[in-house]
Amino acid sequence: MSTTLQDPRVIEFDVRTDEMLVNMGPQHPSTHGVLRLLLRTDGEVVHETTPHIGYLHRSAEKIGENLAGPQWIPYTDRMDYLAAMNMNLGMALTFEKLLKIEVPEKAMTLRLIIAELNRVASHLVGMGAYGLDLGSFSPFLYAFREREIILDLFEEACGARLTYSYLTIGGATHDLPGMITIPPGLASLTGRSPNLKLQWSDAVLLFLEWLEKRIVEYHTLLTRNSIFIKRTAGIGVMPREMAISYNCTGPVLRGSGVDFDLRRDGEPIYTRMYQGYEFNVPVAPFEDAPREAILGDNWCRFYVRMREVAESIGLVRQGLAKYPTAQGAYRVPYKMNTKLPRDEAYLETECPRGQMGFYIVGNDQAEPLRARAKSSCFCNLSVTGPLCEGVLIADIPSIVGSLDIVMGEIDR
Amino acid sequence: MAGARRRRAAPFPDSFRPFSTVTINEIHSRLVQQFGDQITGLNATATDPWIEVAPARWDEVALYLRDDEALRFDSLTNLTGVDYLETDPKKAPKFGHEPHLEVVFHLYSFVHRCRLVVKVKLPRWKNDVPGEIPDCPSVAHIWSIADWHEREAYDLVGINFTGHPNLVRILCVEDWVGHPLRKDYEFPLEYHGIRGK
Repeated sequence: MSTTLQDPRVIEFDVRTDEMLVNMGPQHPSTHGVLRLLLRTDGEVVHETTPHIGYLHRSAEKIGENLAGPQWIPYTDRMDYLAAMNMNLGMALTFEKLLKIEVPEKAMTLRLIIAELNRVASHLVGMGAYGLDLGSFSPFLYAFREREIILDLFEEACGARLTYSYLTIGGATHDLPGMITIPPGLASLTGRSPNLKLQWSDAVLLFLEWLEKRIVEYHTLLTRNSIFIKRTAGIGVMPREMAISYNCTGPVLRGSGVDFDLRRDGEPIYTRMYQGYEFNVPVAPFEDAPREAILGDNWCRFYVRMREVAESIGLVRQGLAKYPTAQGAYRVPYKMNTKLPRDEAYLETECPRGQMGFYIVGNDQAEPLRARAKSSCFCNLSVTGPLCEGVLIADIPSIVGSLDIVMGEIDR
Repeated sequence: MAGARRRRAAPFPDSFRPFSTVTINEIHSRLVQQFGDQITGLNATATDPWIEVAPARWDEVALYLRDDEALRFDSLTNLTGVDYLETDPKKAPKFGHEPHLEVVFHLYSFVHRCRLVVKVKLPRWKNDVPGEIPDCPSVAHIWSIADWHEREAYDLVGINFTGHPNLVRILCVEDWVGHPLRKDYEFPLEYHGIRGK
């Protein structure tokens, strides 16, 4: 939303100010990593915003050209490190598309459970960090408390807490665990004995049941908080056409009112995983939105994420119910020296932050000729220039935060 | 405010219409009718079927792809460059490609819910002079996202997008030398006093 001098929010309307160039970042806490924004300001009003990226560039694509598929998976972990499972999944599916590997039902169910759990964890960070950007500290602490338990559960499944490399070409590296000791966080939060032994799937269900009640509290803390609404509703309005032209994806696209989710509308190799599951795709506008909210503003983008958490919880429950009877093995073997055909495959998957695409060109060698990772945040961030025209400086963290970017994925 | 739009997950196979070989042939014949010899190739049997376009009038073809009623490819999902070159002389006879560059465009139409891959073939160097990067018309005015994607392709693969409003490096620093995703790229031994290797 542009601000003019006639706007009552601009108090110093008769004070002449000079244009000033202000650097926001790369070490600014609310730029979500190492993003540098160059602002051309006139008083409190920003006329031009230029994002500078590349501080975290680690040449993942060049490295990918020299490695076989399974060897590249740890590098995809480090792209969107808040949703590493979804990165692994996207990359593995692209190789499967290229090599025409059929994944058994059991592996697909396992992948769905893990990917949706990671979506919950990722959106929790997105929510907490967004509150932090706007000056509300407590949701961040609650969000990390919840995420901690998901990380504990992932640790039981694959041994790692952040960079998993769990979902691999052909399925997953291990089957889901059986009996585990209850994660300490979960034990204390739900009042169970810390020595309690239970099935991994039961631990997940216990956690989800507990988390579902907490979501109501987050809505009280943030979504319905009048300060939060004032900082987000009606600010950073992105029209539908702009979102499509800038290829904004994920919650950013759905916040602008485009009903599109790759889990439902994607390519068959990906949507097959979600076949037979019940879930809704939350799309703005919402009937329970506050009066101030406009289609495509910060609040809508935030609320899409919050609603997605609830949908993902439902998906994990359905997946866990299906898992014991799912047919086949948890993976089909993949040899490291499998030669990639003289063909190419591009596949996008619905990651928490948008549609992450992988593009693999094969040439009769185990190493791809070209391994490209198309980042969703890269596209979502490119819209900041036009979106931040004429806003107040204080609204910049609010707009950038609502795009929910992770610099590791943008710079790759 | 209007009611929340909800769509159930049920109609999976119908909601996605994958690109059958028929439709890519239709698009190809439409483009040939419009642009004649500018459309230089078609591969309908690949995993992702693609159409090859000559670089000279690529921006006009792109505008037609976006605005024609039957096509309406309103979204550019990916833009990247691929360097076809084998630097190892032992493997070169088996490589199977002439050395060249390809700019690959992955398009999506929200209107018709279908995908298309377009390739633009370029020489590795302009006029065969090493160091002179080849030209390709920019499509940044057609799809806004192409602005950043083209900057990245210029930065990493070394393609000069003519008509781009601000073609500067995006991931590497401004004074970086060379284009790292070229196959014959040599890693720098030193950068501002920082030793490599």
